[in-house]
Amino acid sequence: MEFVVRTWSAGARLGSMQLAAGVQMETPTLLLLTRKGLPAFIPPDLLQNLHPDARACQVSPLHFLDSPSASIVETAGGLHKFVSMTGFGMVALARDSLMDESNGEASSKLGAAFETTSGRRVVGPAKYMEIVNACKPDLWVSLPDEVPTWAAEKRNRLSVDRTLQWLDHCLSLQPAERGNRCLGVVVGSASLDERIRSAEQTATRNVVGFSLGGFGLGEDASQRALQMDAVIAKLPKEKLRHTSGLGLPEEVLQAVEAGVDVFDSIYPFMLTKGGYAMTFPLNMENSPGNLDTQPSASELAYIGSDSAKMNLRSVAYRLDKSPLVVGCKCYTCQRHTRAYIHHLINTHEMLSQTLLEIHNTYHYLEFFKAIRDAIKADKFLAFRNWFTSTRKETRVHSPASKSPTLVLH
Amino acid sequence: MLGISPSMALRFEVLARHNRARASRLTLPHYEALTPLFMPVGTQGTIKGLTNDQLEDLDCQIILGNTYHLALRPGADLLDTIGGLHKFMNWPRALLTDSGGFQMVSLLHLADITEEGVTFQSPVDGKPMLLTPEDSIQIQNKIGADIIMALDDVVKTTTTGPRVEEAMYRTLRWIDRCIAAHSRPHEQNLFGIVQGGLDPQLRDICLEGLVARNLPGYAIGGLAGGEGKDAFWRVVAQCTAGLPEDKPRYVMGIGFPLDIVVCTALGADMYDCVYPTRTARFGSALVSEGVLRLTHAAMATDYRPLDSSCTCMVCKRYTRAYLHTLVTKEAMGSQLVSYHNISHMMQLSRNLHSSILEGRFPE
Repeated sequence: MEFVVRTWSAGARLGSMQLAAGVQMETPTLLLLTRKGLPAFIPPDLLQNLHPDARACQVSPLHFLDSPSASIVETAGGLHKFVSMTGFGMVALARDSLMDESNGEASSKLGAAFETTSGRRVVGPAKYMEIVNACKPDLWVSLPDEVPTWAAEKRNRLSVDRTLQWLDHCLSLQPAERGNRCLGVVVGSASLDERIRSAEQTATRNVVGFSLGGFGLGEDASQRALQMDAVIAKLPKEKLRHTSGLGLPEEVLQAVEAGVDVFDSIYPFMLTKGGYAMTFPLNMENSPGNLDTQPSASELAYIGSDSAKMNLRSVAYRLDKSPLVVGCKCYTCQRHTRAYIHHLINTHEMLSQTLLEIHNTYHYLEFFKAIRDAIKADKFLAFRNWFTSTRKETRVHSPASKSPTLVLH
Repeated sequence: MLGISPSMALRFEVLARHNRARASRLTLPHYEALTPLFMPVGTQGTIKGLTNDQLEDLDCQIILGNTYHLALRPGADLLDTIGGLHKFMNWPRALLTDSGGFQMVSLLHLADITEEGVTFQSPVDGKPMLLTPEDSIQIQNKIGADIIMALDDVVKTTTTGPRVEEAMYRTLRWIDRCIAAHSRPHEQNLFGIVQGGLDPQLRDICLEGLVARNLPGYAIGGLAGGEGKDAFWRVVAQCTAGLPEDKPRYVMGIGFPLDIVVCTALGADMYDCVYPTRTARFGSALVSEGVLRLTHAAMATDYRPLDSSCTCMVCKRYTRAYLHTLVTKEAMGSQLVSYHNISHMMQLSRNLHSSILEGRFPE
């Protein structure tokens, strides 16, 4: 893996990442969510041309505990071959935030405990690396012992120690012939001291980059900013930084400003499952015109939509012949109408999810592109300020002291 | 041979024959199809999980919509306002709708058939409702498919006694009502459906009556419902023999590959069935050797493609081992196996058409 930082705008940085032969991406960027190696609803023939930046996916080793097992993937020649994703970058990480989240409660020295669809599974470094090595991903994130911000001091300290031990153990199980593909996880939860300790220690290991762990577990956004800054200050500038668990565009913007390069998120998937299309404006220059033609915030709220998402279950869209987002060049918007997708959702048809996941992924990738364009033009802060100002109208429920958090039903 | 009459919106040309089998070109308002042809069923205006582009890649030419379901959601008037089902789905090729009668009788509580039409309890609010031949045709006119089906009085083939005769004669009376109600004969082709159960005399009477109406095409109905195979072939053979040579023949509800081959040999042209897509969702793949149950434990370590002779996207990329992990558990499993199963049926259609054309049917 090769990673080079090319330019900066405020704290945000533009980079160039080569995950594998033929998989060159600009950062900040997104890893697509997968289940057993493929997106939830987008088969490979539709994925090929989804978006120029749809080139890499996250994959969770937890999906390979039972069916398929690690040995089956190995016999098949590795993950890329098994799931027919040759030509895509695959990044293994233990957290998919969807089904298999761990908040450290039941974890022990034996491993991290995950609540999965087949019950609680405890996965330690040996098992984790067995799966990682069978899959042969382009990058892998080490197995962390993650705890949320309200973990007790002692538990938090233990999570830092354990995460380092597990990192060392995972590294020792990385086959030499594959080279170094490890992103070390930095934890430490709400304690800035522990965060710094974790970052400094992890930075001494032979890793190609870092994953900022323990975020997206319910912490306050302002706390998160402090912790990220503290961690990143201690990490070598030339190495890649990744984080999981963030989703709302504001969360991504904050992390980009802190200096994060690569993200994976369940946000597009959650919108899809809920029957929502992602609609937040992307373009600073065009936005006044766009916003003028939108329904007002209260009109949108009445049908369960807001300026970030459109509730396609609403009968308001029954006869609406527009595409999901006017001007969107995704596969779905070029071919179908809100009325048709509303009908598909209403009748519980699978195609609704395929079409929505395509649009939502595309829109989110366009957001990342807008971020990169802003960095290139050295206008990142202006972009961030413009974006957050368009969202202020819709913060209907958040009290003054808190920032919005990701709440989806 | 060209068959054109004032109440037609199609052209049917038999390109080659082999005994009774025909390879033909069916030119419809939205598409030029080649028969023998399998038509996948897209009940509610979509074929489960597959996009239009994928359906075109798979060479689907005519797709079915179910009038009963579409009239419920999104509704016939909405489709009319939008400009028809083609526009609503953005499907550029041909569509066929059934009459809605079969679904009502099979799906609905307390459905009953009278001379007026099909009476049933509304699934929405339980109120008594009536679907007449006129209603069925009006709804189908709003949906706008290239081929529409007459409302028939269909009985199970296992039914015996005077009910079968009653249904056959009623079907003939209803076809006249359907013809009278049809407001778009130059854009939509009304097919009549031959009924009569397993009784050759009744089938003959029905055949004669429908042929005399000079419809654009004909369906053979009331089969694929529990009768024995011998009876099934016999009725199909009798019907194809009694139907005009220069018009398309559609055997309704047929989807097992073997049945399609035999019906083709007997002179039929078009087939529909939910079987290929439904069985995909339960984890079964249609392959040259038969049916592959992907849920079977042995599939977990079977690294072969579904069908070694299939060239579809799924067989090019995936093994039985991977698909085993997806079927019945992930939506992707449904999508991929449905994709393959439709590919299998369309490949069968192409093989039938070209083998008849090239004089090597049956092989």
